[in-house]
Amino acid sequence: MSLELEFDDGREVFATEEMTLNMGPQHPSTHGVLRFIIRADGEVMRSAKADVGYLHRSIEKIAEKVGWRGFMPYTDRVDYVAAMTTNQAWAMAAEVLGGVTVPRRGEYCRVIAAELGRICSHLLAAGAMGMDIGAITPFTHAVRERELINDLLEELCGARLTFNYMRVGGVAWDLPPGFGAKVLRFLDHFEPYVDELDDLLSNNKIYIERLAGVAVVTRERAIAYNLVGPNLRASGVKYDIRKHLPYSVYPEFEFDVPIGMGLHGSVGDCWDRYIVRLHEMRQSARILRQALEGLPEGPVIAKVPRNYKPAAGEIHVHVETPRGDQSWYVVADGTEYPYRVHIRTGSFAAMSIIEELSRGLMVADLVALIASFDIVAPEVDR
Amino acid sequence: MKTEAIQLLLHERFGAAVGPVESARLSESVEVDASAVAEIALFLRDDPDLAFDCLSNLSGTDRPARGKIQITYELFSYVHRRAFILKVDARRDRPEVATVENVWPAANWLEREVYDLLGVVFVDHSDLRRLLLPDDWVGYPLRKDYVEAPEYHGISTVRPSALKLPEPK
Repeated sequence: MSLELEFDDGREVFATEEMTLNMGPQHPSTHGVLRFIIRADGEVMRSAKADVGYLHRSIEKIAEKVGWRGFMPYTDRVDYVAAMTTNQAWAMAAEVLGGVTVPRRGEYCRVIAAELGRICSHLLAAGAMGMDIGAITPFTHAVRERELINDLLEELCGARLTFNYMRVGGVAWDLPPGFGAKVLRFLDHFEPYVDELDDLLSNNKIYIERLAGVAVVTRERAIAYNLVGPNLRASGVKYDIRKHLPYSVYPEFEFDVPIGMGLHGSVGDCWDRYIVRLHEMRQSARILRQALEGLPEGPVIAKVPRNYKPAAGEIHVHVETPRGDQSWYVVADGTEYPYRVHIRTGSFAAMSIIEELSRGLMVADLVALIASFDIVAPEVDR
Repeated sequence: MKTEAIQLLLHERFGAAVGPVESARLSESVEVDASAVAEIALFLRDDPDLAFDCLSNLSGTDRPARGKIQITYELFSYVHRRAFILKVDARRDRPEVATVENVWPAANWLEREVYDLLGVVFVDHSDLRRLLLPDDWVGYPLRKDYVEAPEYHGISTVRPSALKLPEPK
């Protein structure tokens, strides 16, 4: 038996019996452990409700128990694909509350580490985007490049994923000898590689057909749902915390903020969200070159008392992570433990808009949508 | 526009529901009534001079000493590129706050998170369920007096410290 039905936007569908599908929590393309309950009519979704929390580790509660300096390694686990920027956010929150000034060389080390981390994260996003819609090869290429950065970061701080490199007051260690030259050699190799990825993936006809015009987020909806970072910029909003609410030494560097142009479909579609990240890798490379060239001499960490006790107060700290503006709300009550820490992450905002976008989308496009938002499940759950 | 000017605008329109500017170290905010927050939010969004089109963060903080749970709304205007912090105190024994989900859809999940971890009820919320914890979880972990249950469905929530050697038998 069939029914004639209409979606909200007036499109008619040839309706058959509605099916409820379960996707996840263990699913290779959901970028971590998360689950969707899909109501579908054939291949067309009526809704996809996200069920999150499988990776909830109560990181915010842990912060209240381990103290200001002890919390740093836990911030690695908030977003383990881009731990450097989360490190930085926590360090900044603690420093502002405690009135600590980071030495200039320390800030430069942070920027170098953070931008390497950003390239790392965007490489994974771009590679996984291809893989999720069926192009396996680009993923292996992206991971190959990512390994080179992992090697560099391992040399910097001994870890390949959960870095714990930054400290309240600066960074744990100075750059190892010859590190700058190694990064430059990597960049010389990497910048042409981005063009290669462009040829291999971005302008591939099948890739464009799968992504262009799919799951368009308008500027208004992006702001209403508080999308941040590349997801927001893909919808045409030129807003980057590094540029518009500057922190660290970012004002000293020249870089552009790429936005979605709707080149193949309309502004804010899946392809735009992908291409913004590709352009951002080039900008990160630009920042890295400038940071290495202008690297000042001096200490990398300020003198911070062992028993760190910022005076009572509260702040909102914003940091541009690869998944966008990460907003930290931190309350200090004058003791050696934070009173309250709340982290609103980019993936959290992106997950909450999926239910609205899923209406009328094909089941197969849901995977493309999740990948285009670059959602990392642990960052949603914390 | 500074926090004082925004407070003045709000006070003119909503009277006693809007408190004075509160200056904590490093941050300024305005406290409003829990029942009036939805109307005030709508005004903050739609007034062209304010135009706070984005709810960039919503956090809950338990303050047992004052008998309150404090909700902090961080608003941002992409039109004027500025932020504003709004606060609401909910009674700890009966925490109820009007939802702002209809003003900023981003509040849907953020409010669910606060409900999940602090037990604040957002009145008229369309889908107020736990977000991060399992539906049958008991208690609200981010409350300061929360005591963890010893087990959850037969799974122990404690384990022996890895730093201590087991007692000899």
